[in-house]
Parts: sequence; C-alpha cells; structure tokens
Amino acid sequence: MNAVPDLIQPVFDFLNLPDWLRLVAWTVMTAVMMFLTIIIFMAFLTLAERRVIGSMQARIGPNRIRLFGLPYFRGLAQPFADVIKLMFKEIILPTGSNKFLFILAPLLTAIPALATWAVMPFWPGFTVANVDAGLLYILALTSTGVYGVILAGWASNSKYAFLGAMRAAAQVVAYEIAMGFALVGVVMAAGSLNLGQIISAQSGGISNWFFIWLFPLFIIYFISGIAETNRAPFDVVEGESEIVAGFHVDYSGMAFALFFVAEYINMILISALTSIFFLGGWLSPFAGVESLPAILTTSGLHWLVFKICFFLFCFLWFRATFPRYRYDQIMRLGWKVFIPLTLVWITVEAVLAVMKIGPFARLMAN
Amino acid sequence: MSFTEILFYVFSAVLVVSALGVITARNPVYSALWLVFAFFNSAIIWMLLEAEFLAIILILVYVGAVMVLFLFVVMMLDIKVEELRAGFTRYAWLGLPIALLVIGEIGSVVWVKSQDDKALGLSSVASPAAYAADYSNTKALGQLLYTEYLYPLQLAASILLIAIVAAIVLTMRKRSGQKVQDIGAQISVKAKDRVRIVKVAAVQPETGNTVEGQS
Repeated sequence: MNAVPDLIQPVFDFLNLPDWLRLVAWTVMTAVMMFLTIIIFMAFLTLAERRVIGSMQARIGPNRIRLFGLPYFRGLAQPFADVIKLMFKEIILPTGSNKFLFILAPLLTAIPALATWAVMPFWPGFTVANVDAGLLYILALTSTGVYGVILAGWASNSKYAFLGAMRAAAQVVAYEIAMGFALVGVVMAAGSLNLGQIISAQSGGISNWFFIWLFPLFIIYFISGIAETNRAPFDVVEGESEIVAGFHVDYSGMAFALFFVAEYINMILISALTSIFFLGGWLSPFAGVESLPAILTTSGLHWLVFKICFFLFCFLWFRATFPRYRYDQIMRLGWKVFIPLTLVWITVEAVLAVMKIGPFARLMAN
Repeated sequence: MSFTEILFYVFSAVLVVSALGVITARNPVYSALWLVFAFFNSAIIWMLLEAEFLAIILILVYVGAVMVLFLFVVMMLDIKVEELRAGFTRYAWLGLPIALLVIGEIGSVVWVKSQDDKALGLSSVASPAAYAADYSNTKALGQLLYTEYLYPLQLAASILLIAIVAAIVLTMRKRSGQKVQDIGAQISVKAKDRVRIVKVAAVQPETGNTVEGQS
C-alpha cells in the first residue's frame, strides 16, 4: 500500500476527510489515473498499429482526422473517431444466441486485462498494490481471460465463432505451461515472486538483466505472450481467412470494442511484463555511466515506457511480417519445442547457481 | 462482528449459492460457470485466512486450466434439456437421503460436543491468530514443502508424472491406415522441392517457329 503523498494532503485537508478514508481515496485515485493512462495508451496503440503496418506495406494508413483541426499530425484523432463510431453502433444480438452469456463474454475478457495492472511496478517504489505473490496474481488473472473468448464463441450460436472458441481453448493449454516454466526461471533467478523485487534483483548495470543469462526463456516468454494475446502469427482464434473473424464474428458496437480493448491492453501488458522480467523494468541500461545526461542514467518510468514501446513495435512488426501459424503447428511448438527447452534451461540455471557461475552465485549465498 | 467476519459470511453465502447452482443448473455450460464462480469465492475465503498462495494457485490451476478444458468438453455436448430434467427425479430418492446424511454429519462436527469436549465441535478448536504483517504464506509453504516434506512432495510429483504418461500411453493407439503429418519434413521443405522453374521457348504465333534469344 502506498502512503498518501504530501502533495495531495492539502486537498484532503480541505475536503476534511477522516484518516482511514484518505488511504482509500488515494488508492482509488491512483487506480483511476492508471486506468485512464492505459486506455489512452491503448487508443494510440491502435493508431500506431495502423500507421506502422501501413508504412511496412507501403501504404499510408489513417491520415484524415486531425486533432482539434490542427494542420499537423494528420490522423492523430483517429482513435477518438473510432470510439465515437463504435459507441453509436447497435449491438446486435443474434437469433438463438444465449443473451446473458453473449453480453457477459466481452466483460470477462476486459476485466482481467485491466485488473492485472494493479500489481505493476511503474517506477521505483510505486505500485497500486504491492502484492507479495504478484507474479502468480498476474498468471492467475491472465489465464482467466480466455473465458470471455470461449463463452463468446459458444453464446453466439455460430459455427465460425464456435470454431474460434475451441481453438482458443486448445491454444491456451499449449503455450501456458511453457510460459509458466519460463517464469519459473525468472523466479529462480530473482528469488522472489514480487514484481518490484524481480526488478531490483536485476539492478547494477545491463549485465545483470535477466535476458542475457535467461535468453532462451526470454524468447519463449515473449513468443508465448504473443500467443496469449492472440496476435499474429498466432491469431488462429480470429483467423479471418479461415473462420471469418472467429469468436467475435457476431459482435458489433461496444461489445466488439471491449474485445478489441482487451486485446490491445493485453499487448501492452505482455510488453510491460517482458521488460520487467527480462529487461529490468524501470532500470536504466546506462546506470553508472557519468558522461551521459542524467535522464539517461537514472531509472524511472521513462525507461519502462521505452521498453514497452519497443516490444509493442515488435508486436506490430511480427504481424506485418509472418504468415499465420497453422493450428496444429502451434500445438507442436508449445508442447514439443518450448516445454523441453524451458525445462532444459531451468536445469542449466540450477547447475549455474550451484557452481556459483554468473549472477546466480548470490542465490546460493542465503 | 469484525469486518473480516462479515466478509467471510458474505462470501460463504455466495459460495453455497454457487455450489447449489452447479447441481441445479439445467444447462451444463451454466453448471461449469457456477463452478468457476464457486472456485473464485473459495479463493477469496482462503485469502481471508491469509493463505494467498493457495488462493491464487486455486484460480490459476482450476479456473485457468481445468475448467477451461471442462468447458471445452461440455460445449461439445449436444445439450438436450428434457433428458436432463428426466434424470433429476429418477435419482432423487437416493440422492436426498445421502445429502441429508452429509449435512447432518457436518452439523454434528460443527455444533455437537463430545463427552470430554475435545474431539468434536467448533468450540474445541481455537480460532487462528492473525499473522504478522511481514508473514508470507508463499514463503512459509515453500520452506515446509522443500525441507520437511521434500520426499513426500517428490513422490507425489512422480506419481502425477507417471499418471500423465500413462494417460497418454493408454489413449494412443496405433491403427493401420492412419494419416499423420510429418511436420519436420514439412518445415524442411525447400522451394526447389515444390516449384520447378521451366524456361519455355517463345513461339512465333504466325509461323509456329521457336524464337531464339527471348524468354
């Protein structure tokens, strides 16, 4: 739990809040601020995706809607136009669909995507909820996100949607075990399940970041993360050339938008988690180099955002580059390639720790 | 009644209702969803007992993996509501007495006192004291499991592994005439195995003679 900062105290004094309410009010305020930031980040990510993939495919992308009619940054207001369009579209309930589950499914996808951010360490000493088992909390919540997809596919009463849902269920079990094993390696190296402590275990220069010693796990985690967000090349759940749009074939308006929001927030989440687990989160790679300006050498939110943006760009880059994996190839990749690889590397890591080689030597100290 | 106690009773009531929902729902998909809801509520009750590791693992394993596969199977079923209704009264004569018996036994454990006031009854169990603020359930569990109970843990893990292998071996049958894709061969295919580039000599349309030097 975070203490109420001195900056806010006069406002609370003015409102004459009792002591117990101040902490609650401050926590609610941080949560709301975080939500708004993530939603706005997500909105511009959709624009970035369309512009980046557009230029990769030698076309322009959205460039019409200007922010406040300003002559520069053409297309900057495109996300807001999209939101307004989706809000005023009718939500069509297909005949023979299960109405209750049809409406519930998008919520079940969006809520875990947002709730996971509660344990995210943004800068030194700041998380909305400093949970000891933060990594497990994230794993548990992200694994429940698949319910929305499965229920959407079933409740739509459509064969295409149902095929998408079945694919989602099979895909989940294929990559989630490998993902968990990759994180076991991180937990072993950090000696903690708390995200803040995982970051501080990597402090002391770029050579201590986990991606060097856990390189196979880093690659496997990021690829599994792409599979978890159902992004290309693992977007068999949507697979527009095979099953129209998969699980959200029958969704329209804001119900569709919630799936969309959840997918993009999960992309940001996976990028953030990859940078926290393997690239030192808010740590600066130039820590201790005196000749550089202070903003480059100090750790802080800007480094985390920079790393998140790098991984988000990779997400878009992969989508523009790779053809879609075939359904059975994802299964094979998860079960026959990633799980053995992670198991081998966890063993290697344990041996390194026992032999006191590399940064794992300190693990055996206590 | 403290705030924690109020929370406990609220979530217990929701848990009992959702557990009833599992067995009374006509639609098997709803039953599975009620069960997911019940898991969430029991996780919250464990959380109130400061057993956050167990609570999160319950959600991670049962909600995140087991129930997904349950739903996967249940959704594949061809649901006929009438048949499900027919079964309910058919087995009620057996189920009702068993249910009453179990409820009676639970009641006796909770309320009835034995002669020496030790063996049975809630009053014989001291209410657990709250842990210190720096208590970590995850760490405490790990320390116990990997030191004191290392061998039982490894034994259980080996049995589970054997069970997994056995399940796969039992369901894998070699049949003749099965078509299996060799993905290794598929991946190692090179373009020249599939595409043949042929140079065809151009033909003059009028005369039918081949034209040299052009392609």
